Amino acid sequence: MKFRLSSDAVRLAIPALSLTLLLAAIFWLQPRAMSYGGLNLLLNLAVPIALATIAQMFVMAVNDLDLSMGAFVSFVACVTATFLKDAPVIGILILACAIAAYAALGVVIHLRKLPSIVVTLGMSFVWAGLAVLLLPAPGGQAPDWVRWLMTVKPPFAPMAIVASIIIAMFAHLIVMRCSLGVLIRGIGGNQRSVERAGWSVVAARAAAYGLSGFFAVLAGIALVGLTTSADANIALRYTLLSIAGVILGGGEFIGGRISPIGAVIGALTLTLAGSFLSFLRISPDWQIGAQGAILIIVLALRLTLNRIENREKLQ
Amino acid sequence: MNDVATAIIAIRGAKVSFGAVRALDDVDLRVMPGECVGLVGHNGAGKSTIVSVINGGLTPHEGTIASDGEQLERYGINAARARGVRCVFQELSLCPNLSIVENARIMHRDLGGFRWRTRAADVIGKSLDIVFPGHDIDTSQVVGDLSIAQRQMVEIAMAFSDAGIPPRLVILDEPTSSLDASLARQMLDHVRRFIASGGSVIFISHILHEILETCDRIVVMKDGRVVAERPANGFVHHGLVEAMGSVAKAQTGQRSVSGQTAAPVILSHRMADIPFAARKGEIIGLAGLAGHGQTKLLLALHAARSSNWLPERNPLVTFVAGDRRLNGVFELWSILRNFSIASLADMSRRGLILVGEEETKGADWKRRIEIRSPDMSNHNILSLSGGNQQKVLFARALATRAPVVLMDDPMRGVDVGTKQEVYEIIRQEAAGGRTFIWYSTEMDEVCLCDRVYVFRENRITAELAGDAVNETNIIAASFEVAAA
Repeated sequence: MKFRLSSDAVRLAIPALSLTLLLAAIFWLQPRAMSYGGLNLLLNLAVPIALATIAQMFVMAVNDLDLSMGAFVSFVACVTATFLKDAPVIGILILACAIAAYAALGVVIHLRKLPSIVVTLGMSFVWAGLAVLLLPAPGGQAPDWVRWLMTVKPPFAPMAIVASIIIAMFAHLIVMRCSLGVLIRGIGGNQRSVERAGWSVVAARAAAYGLSGFFAVLAGIALVGLTTSADANIALRYTLLSIAGVILGGGEFIGGRISPIGAVIGALTLTLAGSFLSFLRISPDWQIGAQGAILIIVLALRLTLNRIENREKLQ
Repeated sequence: MNDVATAIIAIRGAKVSFGAVRALDDVDLRVMPGECVGLVGHNGAGKSTIVSVINGGLTPHEGTIASDGEQLERYGINAARARGVRCVFQELSLCPNLSIVENARIMHRDLGGFRWRTRAADVIGKSLDIVFPGHDIDTSQVVGDLSIAQRQMVEIAMAFSDAGIPPRLVILDEPTSSLDASLARQMLDHVRRFIASGGSVIFISHILHEILETCDRIVVMKDGRVVAERPANGFVHHGLVEAMGSVAKAQTGQRSVSGQTAAPVILSHRMADIPFAARKGEIIGLAGLAGHGQTKLLLALHAARSSNWLPERNPLVTFVAGDRRLNGVFELWSILRNFSIASLADMSRRGLILVGEEETKGADWKRRIEIRSPDMSNHNILSLSGGNQQKVLFARALATRAPVVLMDDPMRGVDVGTKQEVYEIIRQEAAGGRTFIWYSTEMDEVCLCDRVYVFRENRITAELAGDAVNETNIIAASFEVAAA
């Protein structure tokens, strides 16, 4: 038997490669970034994005898409900067309810066979409205423990890197190693066969959405820890960033093919792409477009590799 | 009777209908321990439906299910699995994105807990070793990376694997369709071993000699009914084929063949064994069991004769879709719009649609094929019955100038009256020089054709013409074995 890389390994190789390339380019342009403080500055905004990407990944694992991610993270940020700071018990209660609402959404989407895109797009206005009600103007303050958590200086590696590794390992444990994760991915792969084996697909889908809500809550809290205050529109970009992160990290829109480690790497890549363009002194007017171009290049690379792999399989 | 008391599963008087279609009509089926029951029948005979009833996925609208002498009121997927009923489905039903071990975890609900990976790998690995000794499948591989044959091997091994609840009744629905001869032999040997140790198997296959040599008893189904049930040694190959067909009906729907062999070939396609060719004015049937390459040929014919980017000025082929909801009707559009979409180019000038011409043409076809609707342009297509929707799709294809009409089993779920009307239209159009290439899963329709190609495993295995087009010949060719 000849040795063959599993398709999962190939899937992970491209995001890892693009992250390394970007990092190398940044270090070459700006050698001072190659330090403890420099790396932390470069990457700390990646932590909430990585969490939001993991959250999106759970929804995409069951072949759905969450378009309310950005609005939801903003809402959580507003709750964190107000209730969680002033009345922690009520704050925690609100966040728990929000996670329960996410799980309930999963149930509704499954039972009524609704398109998740429509439901979550509708919900995004609900979350945005709630966020505006909480914080009509930017303000609030991060709870001290959150602030401490996001500015802690662990030995050897900066917080952003340690946190990314912990997030990736934790998500990997849930999604790839435990039975629930297998079940969730199984639904994405072949829902009928999961049903035929006697599992409750509703419960599994609710769990996937609930986990998504949980990670999105963490993303909101982490974001406030970095920015120290919140705003109702603070994380609107996260909807598309999180989807892009999952796809960059080797995930796919359908088929339950996802990779938590890849998703975190994807989130890091997206964050670095922005810094890289600043270092290149590309004017902010062109940055969004250039970021899109990087995304297209990476995805094109992956499509090409997929095609080569398929051709090999046919032979 | 004592049989009912010991039967692993005993179904009495099961009736299932989907809309107007009777999928199961008063079916009795009993499987005893240590018995291999063969289930054969042509398309739509009800084999898959009875399988769904046994594995708990479908509750019969009437009838009772008993197991081990116990009448079961609430029978579902979990009840079936708890009694050791396992199923290998016709279409591969593993999750392609998961590894073999993870699939085993999904299949066996009570495998959970710490270190389930080791246990699952153990269970499925052991089963693979027993069923397919000498296989080279690594259980940590992702199913999507396996070849089709390997996937089927894993699926079969999965059904025979034991994780807590031992399998007692294994349903094999076309299990050998992608296995080569030696692997199929290994599997059949295992089936015999399993039977000898007291297990039961329901074996569905279109490879008749497998059925004849493996099964103890053979049940023949047709049109949702059991039409014959005998010990396997009571059947011979030919008798089995005859039992699947109906008694030859005295119905000569076929046209008289007059000088068609002289007509020019209008369309041809290279196939592996027998080349495909269609002459002007012919009605050509594509027969054989469903999913054996007929639709693939239609799509290939269509793709070869139409351009990718711009619509052609004078298209050679037009297509009548089989799955109306999926790729036939535009649900939000009016009847007229649905009719005219394929020939809009003929009804417009300088890019603008000539409304008057569209309406006259619509009214003309409405009269010709009798679409039952008071108003074509204000009524939504969904206001029509299924049969009339299908007529609109026919009119859409016939209104184009294309001389060849490809039909992908378009009469599925259409009532008899409409069918007769459409058959008449097809005959008229064919007499006028149009060519029809007609894939149908219904024997009556295939028998209307001038010439029939019978498909098996993406190849044409027989070409029948004139008087040779009859049910017996078609069934014989659909079930024929290359090696037999």
